[in-house]
Amino acid sequence: MDGAHNIEVDDGGSFPCAPERNVLLAMERCGVAAIPIGCRNGGCGFCLVQVTSGKYRTGPMSRRHVSKDSSEAGYALACRVYPDSDLSMRRATQAERLEGSIGPAEPPSGYGNRK
Amino acid sequence: MAMSGVLRPGLVQIRVLDMAAALIHYRDRLGLDVVTTGADGRVYFKAYDEFDHHSIVLREAEEPGMDYMAFKVESEKALDEFARKLRDYGAEVSDVPAGEQPGVGRRVSFMTPTGHRFDLYATADLSKDGPMVDNPDIWRSEPRGMRIIRFDHCLVYGDDIDGTAKMFVDVLGFKLSEMALAPDGTTPIAIFLTCGMKAHDVAFVRYEGKGKFHHASFRLESWNDVGHAADIMTRYDMSVDIGPTRHGITRGHTIYFFDPSGNRNEVFSGGYEYYPDEPVRKWTYDSAGKAIFYYERALNERFMTVVT
Repeated sequence: MDGAHNIEVDDGGSFPCAPERNVLLAMERCGVAAIPIGCRNGGCGFCLVQVTSGKYRTGPMSRRHVSKDSSEAGYALACRVYPDSDLSMRRATQAERLEGSIGPAEPPSGYGNRK
Repeated sequence: MAMSGVLRPGLVQIRVLDMAAALIHYRDRLGLDVVTTGADGRVYFKAYDEFDHHSIVLREAEEPGMDYMAFKVESEKALDEFARKLRDYGAEVSDVPAGEQPGVGRRVSFMTPTGHRFDLYATADLSKDGPMVDNPDIWRSEPRGMRIIRFDHCLVYGDDIDGTAKMFVDVLGFKLSEMALAPDGTTPIAIFLTCGMKAHDVAFVRYEGKGKFHHASFRLESWNDVGHAADIMTRYDMSVDIGPTRHGITRGHTIYFFDPSGNRNEVFSGGYEYYPDEPVRKWTYDSAGKAIFYYERALNERFMTVVT
């Protein structure tokens, strides 16, 4: 892929991503399962990552999941990250993912179960 | 008269992150018609086969989700009666003046134990582009996009679904059409409620936390149109959750997909007709997969946990 940047996810492998494509979609198209896939559109917070090195642009993301402060600390939703260089990132922990959600950081029960 | 009180789902107001992207999705892909844009930036839509002024309202915000869903009731008198009953029941009730949305009369707004806001209203202007009534053709001009007929229902997630369902049944006169049960065989984990003859008009799934939005659903004419919607989703590279498939619950044909802000949408056709003397259909926990996705017979994690 011409002009593609390499995306490295801690403990998750790596894949190429073109500058105009978001990191989550590039990952999904490469058949890599390094980051959880939710709505793919910046709303649900499932694909929260922290970018640890590299340059990138972001698209609109739910402020519930990525506050201005956490955005400055490199947190972003992978479905809204567009690479301008090779990137290194790590998946957010479940606690980090749920921080922005309503209610306690406990796995939901019943149909909402995260097994 | 067979149908009284709450007549049907009337409208839903959904938050989006980017109105320009939302317009492409709801107008061009779903095929809803833009009715008007308000001074505050809210955009109002309707489907081709709906009589009232609008049914979908989008509001640009920093977080996606559902602001509220509103039901239309039979009369202003019924609206007053529901407001009184809700207050007597102990619900948090407030009045929304006529004209807060163009073409819609005063609304009565209340909060459910699951932390969702619902509104009731009795009056809406008729759309000038509504279905024909004199020697009516099936449409004025051919439907666009996914050829959505109407706004059908919402499913929302929250903690006290028992309390919310009780409020809908005891105060608003809804009927419990169907439910899915926890492993204990008695605790409902999903509750489907109807105010008319559709299998469901609103549904609640048990989830930690309050006020979560799972999906807004749009009615299509046929299983063929569900296939046509799937073709559009692939052609325009839209984010799909699951489908085309079928629900055990309601028996509807379905696709779940996401709008450009991550709000889940559903296109839906079929489903059984419900009569208020029918017994409640129940699904045990070991059949929950078939209940939700009849062909796959298994739940997918995304459907169960991704909400806005």
